Amino acid sequence: MRLLWGETVIRDLFTKKKKYATIPSEQAKQEVPEGLMTKCPQCKSIIYFKELKKTLLVCDHCEYHHRLSSTERIEMTLDEGSFQEFDKNMVAKDPLNFPDYKEKSALDRKNTGLNEAVVTGSGTISGMEVIIGVMDPRFRMGSMGSVVGEKMCRAIKIAADERKPFIMFAASGGARMQEGVFSLMQMAKTSTALNLLHEKGILFISIMTHPTTGGVSASFASLGDINLAEPKALIGFAGRRIIEQTIRQKLPDDFQTSEFLLDHGQLDQVVPRKNMKSTLTNILEIHQTS
Amino acid sequence: MSEQLPFEKPIIELRNKISELKTFTREKDIDLSDEIKKLEVRLEQLEEDIYGNMTAWDRVQLARHSKRPTTLDYIEHLFTNFMELHGDRFYGDDAAIVGGIAKFEGEPVTVIGHQRGKGTKDNLKRNFGMPHPEGFRKALRLMKQAEKFNRPVICFIDTKGAYPGKSAEERGQSEAIAKNLIEMAGLRVPIVCIVIGEGGSGGALALGVGDRICMLENSTYSVISPEGAAALLWKDAGQAKRAAETMKITAPDLKELELIDEMIPEIRGGAHRNLEAQSGYIRQTLKSALLELNKIDRNDLVEKRYEKFNKIGEFDDENGLIAKE
Ligand SMILES: [Zn+2]
Repeated sequence: MRLLWGETVIRDLFTKKKKYATIPSEQAKQEVPEGLMTKCPQCKSIIYFKELKKTLLVCDHCEYHHRLSSTERIEMTLDEGSFQEFDKNMVAKDPLNFPDYKEKSALDRKNTGLNEAVVTGSGTISGMEVIIGVMDPRFRMGSMGSVVGEKMCRAIKIAADERKPFIMFAASGGARMQEGVFSLMQMAKTSTALNLLHEKGILFISIMTHPTTGGVSASFASLGDINLAEPKALIGFAGRRIIEQTIRQKLPDDFQTSEFLLDHGQLDQVVPRKNMKSTLTNILEIHQTS
Repeated sequence: MSEQLPFEKPIIELRNKISELKTFTREKDIDLSDEIKKLEVRLEQLEEDIYGNMTAWDRVQLARHSKRPTTLDYIEHLFTNFMELHGDRFYGDDAAIVGGIAKFEGEPVTVIGHQRGKGTKDNLKRNFGMPHPEGFRKALRLMKQAEKFNRPVICFIDTKGAYPGKSAEERGQSEAIAKNLIEMAGLRVPIVCIVIGEGGSGGALALGVGDRICMLENSTYSVISPEGAAALLWKDAGQAKRAAETMKITAPDLKELELIDEMIPEIRGGAHRNLEAQSGYIRQTLKSALLELNKIDRNDLVEKRYEKFNKIGEFDDENGLIAKE
């Protein structure tokens, strides 16, 4: 019995659906000429990238939710200009001296302009102050190592101290194998930090986006006071292939989707991207303390 | 798996030779006692050499040994008055996790652990020690019960991992594990966790958020199995031996990385060679851990647990890409 866990899940996924539209990094986007077109991986419609941006990178024809960079997610979620980033210089070490880990991290830093797989900070949503974390699946497949855990825990501590709601957008294949038990322990570390919010009665909203699997699904992402997901995101603990091998059955197509989780009582709501900000606004308003 | 492991072969061969000579002495009435004595000295050295220099892969094999003592074995030897408590009160009773109430050194405790099966039938019943959500939820129910009655919780960790199955996903495997992590973080009684065999990823950690994390010398703790890591890294599950070294999953490695509090020494050749004596070592560790933890105020305990986990991680806070630009 081999447990394929963590990164495997996302690797499976990315090889299967390689046709994601490429989301250019901030610098690259400015260089993109007007009128660049992109093809929807689901319905194959050809869409102007400019038009796609107006619909928050959701296909107008088939509602396909394109993958977002952390920058795009923050732009769509927070009030303009309100974001203040925390700990943006923190980078991974290589505690196990793991083959190629340093090189791969460096390459991801270069290609994405990011230092790690999560961006954290403070900002406002419809004028209400929040602490936010957004994972970026382009960096090491969004996997959780020491930096993701540390940045999240520092953000959670600030939320606890300043009594502000904490909002987390997950997008991750799970624990980062190259950091071994250090990465496994980030599941315990982030959950232990979230207990601070629990004990102080501070709101935590978890939003699972495509994909939220393995050790991230089995820790902070499932621990929201309110758990939301974007439509058709892959969410689950074990990878589809390993489950099929274990039970020797083929799984239904909708297995481990947001809708599947909603049906099985694991989510509060599936929220389309265009309704996300108004949904968050409503939740925050209901939890405002005078 | 046979009782002998490949790396032990020279020891077994020498042992057999000594016993042959002894038989020969008895039957033929020839005095070979000098010869036997020499060989016994050599055996002693050989055992010290081999068991004193085990590779990560040797330890993986011992951790998975079919004769390796399980949670129920240790419960029998370490506790009195044990009464097993069943069921999660939501869905069912998962035999891959056992738990109940007992006394340790005369004091009430709650004891919980993953339970591998012994033999095929028992293994099927216990799903090879791989829990479904109801197993984790039973564990949590018993922990909350322990908190109500202010008794310490002792967790034995021994699983390849949470069960990767359809029904497990349908019933919320992720949520069940995650819930245990946050609830253990806030539990207002001492928690001592001991890895006794394999500590496989999230399914192990779901019983692992404690004030003390201990490992038997030949147990392992890992984010992914060596076979799984090898398949990912080198596209070859056969490289598991190499992955076991690279991943740093053994008790000595994890002690050195300061990821665990204590390594409990094992009987030479593995815990299965003398369960009684091995239980004695565990008893010492448990006794001193509980003695210390029972002195701490219950609220401080939660704070210390937060600090303990909050400091786990290796990162560089100064040298980010953006700072360099
Ligand atoms: Zn489309």
